[in-house]
Amino acid sequence: MTETLESTLRARIDAGGKCLVPYITGGYPGWVDSLRACAANGADAIEIGLPFSDPVMDGPVIQASSQVSLDGGATPISILHEVRTLDVGVPLIVMCYYNTVFHAGHERFAHDLVAAGVSAAIIPDLPLEESADWCAAADAAGIETVMLAAPTAPDERLPRVVARARGMVYSVGLLGVTGERDSLSSTATALAARVKKVTTKPVLVGVGVSNPEQAVEASKVADGVIMGAAVVRRMMEGGSEAVGSFIREVRTALDA
Amino acid sequence: MSVLVTPGSDGRFGEFGGRFVPETLVPACQELEAAFNDAWADPSFRKDLDDVLREYAGRPSIITECHNLSEQLGIRLILKREDLNHTGSHKINNVLGQTLLAKRMGKKRIVAETGAGQHGVASATAAALFGLECKVYMGAVDVARQELNVFRMRLLGSDVEAVTSGSQTLKDAVNEAMRDWVATVESTHYCLGSVMGPHPYPFMVRQFHRVIGTEAFEQCNDLLGTNPDVVVACVGGGSNAMGIFSGFVDTPARLIGVEPAGGAAVGRGQPGVVHGMKSYLMQDEYGQVQEAHSISAGLDYPGVGPEHSYLSSIGRAEYPTVTDDEVIEAFQLMARSEGIIPALECAHAMAWIAREAHTMQGKTVLMNLSGRGDKDVGQMMNVLGGLK
Repeated sequence: MTETLESTLRARIDAGGKCLVPYITGGYPGWVDSLRACAANGADAIEIGLPFSDPVMDGPVIQASSQVSLDGGATPISILHEVRTLDVGVPLIVMCYYNTVFHAGHERFAHDLVAAGVSAAIIPDLPLEESADWCAAADAAGIETVMLAAPTAPDERLPRVVARARGMVYSVGLLGVTGERDSLSSTATALAARVKKVTTKPVLVGVGVSNPEQAVEASKVADGVIMGAAVVRRMMEGGSEAVGSFIREVRTALDA
Repeated sequence: MSVLVTPGSDGRFGEFGGRFVPETLVPACQELEAAFNDAWADPSFRKDLDDVLREYAGRPSIITECHNLSEQLGIRLILKREDLNHTGSHKINNVLGQTLLAKRMGKKRIVAETGAGQHGVASATAAALFGLECKVYMGAVDVARQELNVFRMRLLGSDVEAVTSGSQTLKDAVNEAMRDWVATVESTHYCLGSVMGPHPYPFMVRQFHRVIGTEAFEQCNDLLGTNPDVVVACVGGGSNAMGIFSGFVDTPARLIGVEPAGGAAVGRGQPGVVHGMKSYLMQDEYGQVQEAHSISAGLDYPGVGPEHSYLSSIGRAEYPTVTDDEVIEAFQLMARSEGIIPALECAHAMAWIAREAHTMQGKTVLMNLSGRGDKDVGQMMNVLGGLK
């Protein structure tokens, strides 16, 4: 992958578009087909979750998919091994909890991501204050580390968080864990606006963005959206076809 | 200089500890750290806490010299009687501290995780006392084996939710409590029940339990005219052990933290990161956290508080293990020899003492009896069958 996550998203934004980044649980039965369906139907980049035994930022849907994946014997190594052969034409982002990284070792994990053709990493339980060692290894290897900006962050904190972000800033859409909600939290657009004020990097809203209408609403302020549970639920219920048609639907709404 | 560490803003005990939490919780942890430091330095907060520990929890707890067991084992065995506190364990020390702090911070609601139910009952009790809303997360497996404590919590007005994810024990209850806190952080205080989690919890909870060690140090001095030779406590997350160790860490006493063979984080784990902290952790070759297996719900935890990892790494404390069978023996031994039914957690400490007594002949051994065994009687009735 020669294109970085940031340059890919920026190309979309510069052309007047909005970015769409779906999340797929790595190792779930049929996950590669679902990932290809995302790429084929308008995803700008794709997040691949490496399942962890104790996913504290995830709600019931992603927890359940992770458990199925783990029960099926998936490991970070087996998933990255499959990723290596994908060549889907869009940047790939690995989302994993920090113990997966710490246990492998920072340099080795960064190297494994590069070898698998992954562009970026999101580690939701590695906040700014604990991130220096990983970020040094990731920077050296050319892996973009996406930082999360949370609604609880005071104004003085946001500039420091976005300064450390590479690729994009993940603007957390609500107070809570991943999962679908009936409506977009007002927090989502409020935070995205605060983040946009302090950075020129792409700002995408994730957590709680559940359908095309909410994606459009969030993207009025943000540069696009990250959609997890809404995509994973479709993968679990209807496989790659359901994922593909949902991504097409969101893409169409964002492009309208 | 004391061996006890006062961590800086990075929350480290040596290489262990830290604050590995979702970004949403970072400001809450920072706010809690500042609020605790402010309260701990405030004489009026300390007086309020001392008053409620004395007038409500029943402190100071006594020490009891076990003449029968001492004779049988060839040692001088002394118990620190945290089992006599209100709610039946040491957990109340920390909970009264945290709920007073939560009120001072203007929080209206607390959430807590619980394994055996002791911390859940203590939290429900303090919530009732101080008029706070309380929700307790408990693994579904633990709900089944500790149904009496579940009913106690509900009787006290708390909401108890059975957690059905993962291994359905203490670690999953912690996950669920953290997920709740991520969503409710503005109104809610997470009343974490052990010396674990993100900074400032390991430090704060240890400070709230220091009263155990401070009292025991003076009581031993009065009784013995010196310090005990060995100080023993069970270790799951490690709060009762940190409480009593804190009184003796700067004396020559051996410090022994007894882990269950099926949940030996220090004994068999490797450094890892879960539940907001870097510490020894039972994990597989890919860093997935392994499930602990112990007869005692309160010790069914694959991690351990970071200060224990630190004390182990510098060689100041030892962390041996005992098996479930040894624990069952020790549970009965203490009941029959001393007329004291210990919590299964504390029976781990007793089991190590009984096994190793032959190496400590003539020595004075102080054991923290951190909880009473009433909650375990039903489970043990099933294990032992009808005793004749």
